[in-house]
Amino acid sequence: MVEHRPLGNALTHLILILGVALVLFPVYVAIVASTQGPGEFLRGTLPLLPGGHALDNYRLMWESGLSRSSAPPAGQMLWNSLIMALAITIGKLTISLLSAFAIVYFRFPFRLFFFWLIFITLMLPVEVRIIPTFRVVADLGMLNSFAGLSIPLIASATATFLFRQFFMTVPEEMLEAARVDGAGPFKFFKDILLPLSITNIAALFVIMFIYGWNQYLWPLLITTDPDYYTIVMGIQSMTADEGNTPWHLVMAAVVMAALPPVLVILCMQRLFVKGLTETEK
Amino acid sequence: MARLKLEGLKKTYAGDVQAVKGIDLDVADGEFVVLVGPSGCGKSTLLRMVAGLESITEGELTIGERKVNDLEPAQRDIAMVFQNYALYPHMTVYDNLAYGLKNRGFKRDEIERRVREAARMLEIEEFLPRKPRQLSGGQRQRVAMGRALVREPEVFLFDEPLSNLDAKLRVQMRVEIKQLQRRLKTTSLYVTHDQLEAMTLGDRLVVLNGGRIEQVGTPMEIYARPASIFVATFIGSPAMNLIPVAYLKERGNGLLDDLPPDTDLVGIRPDDLRIQPPDAPHLVVESTLELFEAAGAESHLYVRLAGSDQPSVIRTAGQSPVAEGETLRFHVVREALHPFNSASGKRTV
Repeated sequence: MVEHRPLGNALTHLILILGVALVLFPVYVAIVASTQGPGEFLRGTLPLLPGGHALDNYRLMWESGLSRSSAPPAGQMLWNSLIMALAITIGKLTISLLSAFAIVYFRFPFRLFFFWLIFITLMLPVEVRIIPTFRVVADLGMLNSFAGLSIPLIASATATFLFRQFFMTVPEEMLEAARVDGAGPFKFFKDILLPLSITNIAALFVIMFIYGWNQYLWPLLITTDPDYYTIVMGIQSMTADEGNTPWHLVMAAVVMAALPPVLVILCMQRLFVKGLTETEK
Repeated sequence: MARLKLEGLKKTYAGDVQAVKGIDLDVADGEFVVLVGPSGCGKSTLLRMVAGLESITEGELTIGERKVNDLEPAQRDIAMVFQNYALYPHMTVYDNLAYGLKNRGFKRDEIERRVREAARMLEIEEFLPRKPRQLSGGQRQRVAMGRALVREPEVFLFDEPLSNLDAKLRVQMRVEIKQLQRRLKTTSLYVTHDQLEAMTLGDRLVVLNGGRIEQVGTPMEIYARPASIFVATFIGSPAMNLIPVAYLKERGNGLLDDLPPDTDLVGIRPDDLRIQPPDAPHLVVESTLELFEAAGAESHLYVRLAGSDQPSVIRTAGQSPVAEGETLRFHVVREALHPFNSASGKRTV
């Protein structure tokens, strides 16, 4: 749009600013709340200006956590979350890249059948299959372990489907040229397909990481040992003590929990832009 | 460098679709053979069978002394230039050229030497650090050629490598490919649907139609003595005129009496329809000029023969002697007639 209408411009900006404010205000409140002292929340009004206890609150949460509600230190829970989210993300990407590669480039019996089999699992999110999955994980003795936290969430129909669609747009000649150049299937996968998929991988990395990071129900079910608590479920347990919740400390944990996904997005965004401007099939 | 031998090659796809129906061809060491034909004639399939990208249903393929039917493309010692270049977009030109050598376990300095050598030959040295997307179509074409060149293979295979270039560049690259092949003396098989490209590039042409060979010969042999109506109309532009013998005989010309009895159609090249009467004995045919087309160095006169609906085209160097809609008389000498039988589609003499 190249129109220049001052009034229209002002109006659009106003609407956009209102929209941004609406989204950002709760985030701002959370940050401000995490800087208050213990007494502030008891007065019944929400303070809108930062208080002076930021360092104390964050240090307390990072190092010792809320022992009253049996929540371990936030540092440890963040670490647990990070391991779980990364395991899920990397596992999902590896498995879906390999299965998409198989489905697109290899001719084996019932190829389409297997593709559709993978595809219909899209209809079965964790919550639907949670009881049988729990049973399987429990029988395998994976309760209270990182394997139990991540492995059942690794299979991904979405990523497989997206990679399949992408692989199908890679010209057939690319494979043929690689064959003439003496590259076997895995060399082709490693040298040609992976570098070409890098933008897709980056995009899915972000989505999958946030998906893994935000898991709540699953860790809640299979961890009883505080050593394996993740931050998202840990925050919930901090508020269990109704009426007595130390909101300034909980908010500090919330802010810390929100940071890693933001960081992942910021890092991967650079890759997005690079990929969008440089990749060409 | 090697001899390439195709014996009874057949390709049948699922559902009993026959794409290639038995091809015998012997390409001598260092020879440049062009496979030419309309789309769907099986020429690309045949090339891909030689490359190893399509399996061979029946027959035997020999490169050098080896039977290669069941070998992977990489083991056949061939290099292929693809129609859309198929360069690896994420690699630099240097890496594109080096990739095949790396996979074959060449030493780093040997790779370097060969890539520099090929780049120098194709004048793409300055592009070596660039990515394919930073190159123009012609430059990409050179890189694709370079990728084949560095391998120093026994056989080069070209799959319509020039069809994505504009007309001017196509002519330029055509000349360069020819010169390069002359210099390297590598046995080459080249697929095209462009008859001009075929004529100018090949030591020998193989005209394919419907999965079969129609004719094999040097470009001039094929142009001067097409073995079938298909070849006659496919090679040469504008296409050869086909006129029923009965029509010409009606015009009372004893010149046609020595044609074999089964001849019912004669082909005449557009250049052999003369507006000036020649000294030798000739036919005279009247026609109406329908359209005059000036193409610079030559002109095309589209005519309709008098007393018939038969369209024909005359190629001449000069301007049209008559206006559109007027009567034009043209002359044909006996030697310019190509006798055919329309039922068998074959040449009769």
